[in-house]
Amino acid sequence: MDVFSSLMDGFATALTPMNFLYAVIGVLLGTAVGVLPGLGPAMTVALLLPVTYVLEPTSAFIMFAGIYYGGMYGGSTTSILLNTPGESSSVVTAIEGNKMAKAGRAAQALATAAIGSFVAGTIGTALLAVCAPIVVEFAVSLGAPSYFAIMVLALLAVTAVLGSSRLRGFASLGLGLAIGLIGMDSVTGQRRLTFGQPLLADGLDIVVVAVAIFAVGEALWVAAHLRRNPLQIIPVGRPWMGKEDWKRSWKPWLRGTAYGFPFGALPAGGAEIPTFLSYVTEKRLSKHPEEFGKGAIEGVAGPEAANNAAAAGTMTPLLALGLPTNATAAVMLAAFASYGIQPGPLLFANEGPLVWALIASLFIGNFLLLVINLPLAPMWAKILQLPRPYLYAGILFFATLGAYSVNLQVFDLVLLLALGALGFMMRRFGLPVLPLILGVILGPRIEGQLRRTLQLSAGDPAGLFGEPIAIGVYVIIAIILIWPLLFKLWRRNRPATSLPSPNATRGSEPTDVARGSVSHGSHRADGNSDGDG
Amino acid sequence: MSSSQTLTSRLKGRSELGVALLLGVAGVLVLVDALALVTPYSQSDPVGPKTLPYIVAGLLFVCAIMLAVNVLRGGQGEAEGGEDVDLSHPADWKTVLPLVGAFVANILLIDWAGWVISGTVLFWGSAWALGSRHYARDGIIAVLLSVLTFYGFYLGLGIPLPAGLLEGIL
Repeated sequence: MDVFSSLMDGFATALTPMNFLYAVIGVLLGTAVGVLPGLGPAMTVALLLPVTYVLEPTSAFIMFAGIYYGGMYGGSTTSILLNTPGESSSVVTAIEGNKMAKAGRAAQALATAAIGSFVAGTIGTALLAVCAPIVVEFAVSLGAPSYFAIMVLALLAVTAVLGSSRLRGFASLGLGLAIGLIGMDSVTGQRRLTFGQPLLADGLDIVVVAVAIFAVGEALWVAAHLRRNPLQIIPVGRPWMGKEDWKRSWKPWLRGTAYGFPFGALPAGGAEIPTFLSYVTEKRLSKHPEEFGKGAIEGVAGPEAANNAAAAGTMTPLLALGLPTNATAAVMLAAFASYGIQPGPLLFANEGPLVWALIASLFIGNFLLLVINLPLAPMWAKILQLPRPYLYAGILFFATLGAYSVNLQVFDLVLLLALGALGFMMRRFGLPVLPLILGVILGPRIEGQLRRTLQLSAGDPAGLFGEPIAIGVYVIIAIILIWPLLFKLWRRNRPATSLPSPNATRGSEPTDVARGSVSHGSHRADGNSDGDG
Repeated sequence: MSSSQTLTSRLKGRSELGVALLLGVAGVLVLVDALALVTPYSQSDPVGPKTLPYIVAGLLFVCAIMLAVNVLRGGQGEAEGGEDVDLSHPADWKTVLPLVGAFVANILLIDWAGWVISGTVLFWGSAWALGSRHYARDGIIAVLLSVLTFYGFYLGLGIPLPAGLLEGIL
């Protein structure tokens, strides 16, 4: 079957009344949680994992996909109207978007974000439909050594490239891998890290871990620092754009898409880097560079498109390789696992109708976001005024409910509180959350691939390098790991050029650099990687 | 102002050593547990169940030491911001502790009193801890949420949440 006819079948499945209804629910829910502070698509999908017991997989994933795209969309509304982006991927949107809103152009900022998201999401999904089968064709030839290498790359890249401190990223990864070890060893049947507690023998449920770290940790953290004076929300009418706005937006949309999709599809993906690159590009190419910093529409159009294209890109490694590169994808992988479905090259062969219905639903979700949300923008702005005690009490309420309903065990609630405290501590001390979640989810899979690899080579470590792809990936890993060292050497040789770049790691202390210490990893990034630039 | 700031920043620097300690303790736990595992020699599993725990323990130890060094040399983790987060004032334990109290109350009550009662306590207590003083309105919302989710889970998902004391009424 070729891509087009498979996709048409997918549309036929996704457009049945029930599945369409789930797409609408997902999109509305996703936008709501994207708009609301403290909630995100990853947490929402985690909370909804219990529905996988009653829903059939296709409907569940159509809903999850709607939540994912809707969350991206809702995040931009918040950053434009509030200037305090909840997710790191909307930081750049807030720079120009909020300036536009303050200048009375909130309607245009929301419109260019919405239409740009639609354009980028649609192109991105089309690229996904075309690329995923190609990646699959390439991936079926990969053996355990290559998978092991690619998974290690994804873990290390997410840990080392994203976030402001590599050291704290690795600390978070270590904790995640340790949590992932808990439970019965799949090969020898021995219990690891269970401390004689039979309830730990099956390992920690990913719902409990994800909900604890995302929801409980966030609620406790916000409670400790709750803003006493409410933020100023800029009122907004129905979004619209004039002719001039269209003229200035369409090129940034396309360029943003071109940045976003490849970065999203890479194992180290993420939306932060492409949104930043898009912003810088638009600033350089703009005919109105003087408007940047005062509310330039290009500075909203480009990054927002990049953000959504990256979201589509992320689906490629998830579906074709079983490799999640952001938090929502990681939780979706857990959802696949709870259905007993293994994402990866065989997914397209074994679960073809499901995959194509999912991809079709991404197109539908994008379209729904546009037609539903343009008129609803004033309502979403009102949601922002929900009293905070209710919002965070509600988050705790549903977190408890979601975690408890998995096994109906009080023990899970104790774990929820303990891991919630861990999530609080991580936020307090700047440990990124994503490496931990990926460590919990990917850790056991990596161990499985490692054992398979050495089983095939009868214990010979050379088996790890048995495939050319694996060797190539190890070279990339090596580059990622020694990059800060190279960067530092380069900086020492040319000390005058101190370009602030996003996510670049620098010495934590000025004296540190002066002494030329090379204790890599002990750096934190400078503030402007996620400040108002 | 400046003296209190240096004090808090110094305290913050010290408290972050607790993170390093936590990493170290986690590393010890993983290592000790791995040492107790038995590795049956087997052609089909040359890696065995110990390898990954050793690697993880090593990673945790290295991170613990490097973090401690980093903190002692003045490094600091960047506390996470957000829409509702105001980092200009120190952590407000008068909000957090009652919130944890509401959570613990739910843990203690859920099996005995049932979800409808424990969920109500959880929501009402959390809202109160977070500063809401509309006692009646909070209570009505809490009861409604608990009852609706109880029936929603029972009828919609087929998951029987505990009815507890209200068994027979619900």
